[in-house]
Amino acid sequence: MGASGAEGISVQTFIHAFTFFGNHLSLFREKTLAHLAVSFASIGVALVIAIPLGVWLGHLHRASFFAINVSNIGRALPSLAVISIGIGFLGIGFKNTMVALVVLAAPVMMTNAYVAVDQVDPNAVQAAKAMGMRPWQVLLRVELPLAVPLMFAGIRTATVYVVATATLATFSGGGGLGDIIVNEPTYGTAGVIAGSLAITVLAFGIDGLLALVQRAVTPQPLRRRAEATRVATTVTDATWETAGL
Amino acid sequence: MSGLAIPLATGPVIPNFGGASKCIVQNRQFCTTWFLDNFSSRFEPRLVEHIELTAIAVGVGFAIAFVAALIAHRFRWFETPFSLFSAFLYTIPSLAFFEIMVQITGINRFTAEIALVSYTLLILFRNTLTGLRAVPGDALEAAEAMGLTRAQTLMRVELPLALPPIMAGIRIATVTTISLTTVAAFIGAGGLGEPIFDAIQTGFKTEFVAAGVLAVALALVADGLLVVVQRSLTPWARRVRRA
Repeated sequence: MGASGAEGISVQTFIHAFTFFGNHLSLFREKTLAHLAVSFASIGVALVIAIPLGVWLGHLHRASFFAINVSNIGRALPSLAVISIGIGFLGIGFKNTMVALVVLAAPVMMTNAYVAVDQVDPNAVQAAKAMGMRPWQVLLRVELPLAVPLMFAGIRTATVYVVATATLATFSGGGGLGDIIVNEPTYGTAGVIAGSLAITVLAFGIDGLLALVQRAVTPQPLRRRAEATRVATTVTDATWETAGL
Repeated sequence: MSGLAIPLATGPVIPNFGGASKCIVQNRQFCTTWFLDNFSSRFEPRLVEHIELTAIAVGVGFAIAFVAALIAHRFRWFETPFSLFSAFLYTIPSLAFFEIMVQITGINRFTAEIALVSYTLLILFRNTLTGLRAVPGDALEAAEAMGLTRAQTLMRVELPLALPPIMAGIRIATVTTISLTTVAAFIGAGGLGEPIFDAIQTGFKTEFVAAGVLAVALALVADGLLVVVQRSLTPWARRVRRA
């Protein structure tokens, strides 16, 4: 568990952490890969479940109560508690961690995908229909491109949540960087701090990387608008307006 | 070692000195009798701790974020630095944050609260500021025309109108904190995470499931209650939205 040195805290603790990191590069490489493996497997499953469902419901403008409130429930579920219940029913392992991470990621992705498609300017949809587009053409050529910024914001938020929360995988035998953080007897205080810093840097790095991807996948004309409303495109803000439902 | 492990492997997970409960010996998915027998001794105090930790974190977090939002509302330049700062705190994975804070303030509740408060800031600040900024210009003009001072305008016009997003922020911050508080048990803060970590030591499934279900139930009940409070405080918000 935690450190012995409540008094001995100093810059030195952090310097030791860097030394530890330098001396254990292969350990960090292995744990980071395991961390990313469980994260991306979960994100993949969540994408396959959440995005088609959210887009489809948004296209039909149906089930808004469900589509919006599912993320409120998803957000309310404590991940460690979900993992804990999972240990009782699924046992310890990769699958258990994945279930908890999918439960974390899918609702956020779905709500954003729903809101993104649902909110597309009805005039643009009307114009597309008037041009003789079929429903699936409207979806693929008009609604989806216009929905990209908000939909991707949901994917980005969910991904950062998952990478951060995958730290808890260590409690269900899933591996990852959490293994270093919780194992002070083996790695010492320096190792705990090094692991904590590594996972923090990883979460920030992935957030930054996805910000670049988000920009790249946003159609050119939408970019300036997307940047202007960047704050409004995160899930917390997308839900406050509708949280009164 | 292996010779010694054989009789234990099929038997109880917790060392059995002859009087262990059948639930512990069998270690099935969930054993209701054990849960009911042990609720008041093992779970109830942890549940109360969990609520306390959450309430303190959201209360302190709101006090800080509210003041910060008022400052940012008055002086625009303050928004970006505080947003970046709180977004930075929000992105740090919880277990890592707890462990880093332990190096600075030691293993105790105070350490846990620092981390928990940090996580509430972004949501509460952003929602409060969004609410204050969304107050219609007409309402502000009317307040000015009525001769209200700046403080009166804030108290009587801006804050009441900003209440729906502020309440929504409190709701999100509360459920997020309930979730993170389970992890805080790792650094000895107490709460419902404690039986979870106990169960990790013993492998006792009923304890895993019971603590997990209680934490989930607490989060959902808190979420539901806050929706009710939010609605009763701002009855006009729903009417406007429906129109």
